[in-house]
Amino acid sequence: MELLVASAIGILTAGGLYLMLRLRTFPVIMGMSLLTYAVNVFLFASGRLTVGAPPILRDDVSVYTDPLPQALVLTAIVISFGMTAVVVMIGLGAYLGSDDDHVDDQPETLDDTADITAEGGS
Amino acid sequence: MTHWIIAPIVLPALLAPFIVLAARYHIGIQRAFSVAGVIALIAIASGLAWQTSDGSIVLYQLSDWAAPFGIVLVGDRLSTMMVLLTAVLALFVLLYAIGSGWDARGWHFHALFQFQLMGIMGAFLTGDLFNLFVFFEVLLIASYGLMIHAGGNARLRAGVQYVLFNLIGSTLFLFALGSIYAETGTLNMADLANRVAMIGPEDTVGIRVAAVLLLLVFAIKAALVPLHFWLPSSYAEAPAPVAALFAIMTKVGAYAIIRVYTMIFPPELEVTAGLHEYWLLPAAMLSLAIGMVGVLAAKRLDRLVAFSIIGSMGMVMVSIALFTPVGIAAALYYIIHSTLAGAALFLIADLVRTGRADMELTAQPPVAGSALTAGLFFVGAIAMAGLPPLSGFLGKLLVLDAAYDTDLVVWIWAIVLGSSLIGIIGFARAGSVLFWKAHSIEVPDDATPMPRPAALSYVAVGGLIALLVGHTVFAGQVHGYATTIAGQLFAPAPYISTVVDTPGKLSKPKEDH
Repeated sequence: MELLVASAIGILTAGGLYLMLRLRTFPVIMGMSLLTYAVNVFLFASGRLTVGAPPILRDDVSVYTDPLPQALVLTAIVISFGMTAVVVMIGLGAYLGSDDDHVDDQPETLDDTADITAEGGS
Repeated sequence: MTHWIIAPIVLPALLAPFIVLAARYHIGIQRAFSVAGVIALIAIASGLAWQTSDGSIVLYQLSDWAAPFGIVLVGDRLSTMMVLLTAVLALFVLLYAIGSGWDARGWHFHALFQFQLMGIMGAFLTGDLFNLFVFFEVLLIASYGLMIHAGGNARLRAGVQYVLFNLIGSTLFLFALGSIYAETGTLNMADLANRVAMIGPEDTVGIRVAAVLLLLVFAIKAALVPLHFWLPSSYAEAPAPVAALFAIMTKVGAYAIIRVYTMIFPPELEVTAGLHEYWLLPAAMLSLAIGMVGVLAAKRLDRLVAFSIIGSMGMVMVSIALFTPVGIAAALYYIIHSTLAGAALFLIADLVRTGRADMELTAQPPVAGSALTAGLFFVGAIAMAGLPPLSGFLGKLLVLDAAYDTDLVVWIWAIVLGSSLIGIIGFARAGSVLFWKAHSIEVPDDATPMPRPAALSYVAVGGLIALLVGHTVFAGQVHGYATTIAGQLFAPAPYISTVVDTPGKLSKPKEDH
C-alpha cells in the first residue's frame, strides 16, 4: 500500500517534471496537471494512510482517518482545476495571436512582438 | 473580539462582484466604487495599524473556532503595517489607472484590482499556512487577469510564462504544506512554532525538507535569484498600473519569509541552522548584483525598472537574511521605500511611453511633456539607485550598518556599494538617452505630436514621490517603528500564546464555569 502510493506520487512527479521542461505549451500544461495530481495524492498521504476508516465521528467506530488532508485536497483540486483552465485559455490566446506555442522567449521574434505591444498599448 | 480586522478582506471581496454584476457597462460607476473602496481600506488599515501599534495582538477566529482547528486572522505590528502600505499604494495606482485610461482598455480592471487587493490583504493578515496558500492563489488568479489586461500578443506570451511559473510555485507550496502537516499535524503558524520547537534533533529530515521547500516558494514570490526568471518579462509586459501594484507582490514573499522564519523556524533553531547564512544570504547578494547589472544592460525602460525591482528585493533579502532585529528593522524600512519607488518608476516609464510610442532606450524626438516627466524620472531614479537625499540612501545606510557586525561584512559592503554604482550608471545612461539626447534629434515635419499624459497621471506619480519624500523626512520615526516591529517579531511568545490559548466554540470550559 505505502509502496504503491509512494511510487505513484514519484512517477507522476517525474513525468510532470519531464513534461514541464519541454518548450511548447501543451506538454508543459500536461506536465503541470500531472504534477498537481501528484501533489494531491501526496497531500492525502500526509494524513497517514488508513484504509476503510471514516473521517467523521460515528458510533461503534474507534479507528478514524485524518479528515483535514481531505479538506486540503479538495481545496487544492478546485484551485488547480481553475488555474489549469486559466493557463489553457491564456496559452490558446498567445498561440492564436502569434502562431507560435513556445513557452520560452524566441529571440528572432522579439523585435516584432515589441512593435506589436507598442501599437496595441498606445 | 471586534470584526474590523476581517474588513480589509471582506470589503474588496464584496466590492469586486458588485462591480462585475451591477456596474459592468459603466466605467464611471466602477471608478467611483473602486476609489471609494480603496479610501475606505486606507481608513480601516490606519485604524488597525493604530490599534496594534502599542504591541497588542488582534486575533480573529472565523466562526469562533479556536486555533488550531479553525482559521485565524492575526494582526500584529508587521501585518497591519503591510496592509496599510498596500492600501496606500493601491490608491495611487488606481488614480493612475483612471487618469491614464488603462482601466478602460479591457474588461473588469476594477473588479480584478479589488480581488487582487483581497488576496494581498489576506496573505498579510492570515495566521494559518494553508490559508496563506489560498490567499496566494486569490492574489495570483487576479494578477493573471490583470497581467493580460488589454491584451496584445507580447503580453499574452509573457502571461503564459508568468502563470506557468506561479503554478509551479503553488505546487511546490502544496508539497511543502503536505510535508509540514505530515511532520507536525498542524498548519496553524503559532501552533507550528510550538510543535517544531519540540522536534528532537534525531528526527529532522521531513521538517528540514519542508523548511527548504517553503523557503523556495517564498523566494519565487520574492523573485530571488535564481528563481527570478518570471519577473522581468511579466512586469515589463504588464500594463503599467498593474506592474506598479505588483511592486507589493514581491514584498508578500519577503513578508512571508520574515513571518515564517522568525516564528516557526527561528534562526536559533537547530533543525534549520545554516539555511539563512549559507543559502539565503548568498542568493540575496546575487539578486542585488544581477538586478543592478540588469539595470545597466536593459535595452528598454520597462525592463530596466523590472531589473531594479529584482535589485531592490535583493537588498531587502540581504537585510532579512542577517536575521537580527537590526537587520529586520532595516529591511522593513527598505521594503516601504522599495515598494513606493518601484511603483513610481513603473508609472513614470508609462508616462514616457505615452509621449513616445515605445520603451526602447534609443535617442528619439523629445517625449511629450518631457520636462515634468524627466524631473519625475530623475527623482525616482535617485530614490531607486539609493543616492542622497532620498530614502533609498538612508535604507542602504541602515542595511550596511546592520551588516557591520557580521562575518560577511566585507562581502555585503562590497556587493551593496558596487551594485549601487552599477545601478547609478544604468539609471544615468537611461535618463540621458531618454531625455537629453532627444534634443539633438530632428523632428520630422509631418510627425503627428504625441499626446501628453493626463494631469491625474502626474498627480498619482507625484503622490508616490511625495510619500517617498515623507518617508525620508520622517525616517527617524519610521525606522523607530520598524525597530519595535522587529522587537515584536523576535519575541513571538505573546503572538503564539494569544493565538493558541484563546478559547473558542467547543473549547473546554474554563475553571470558573
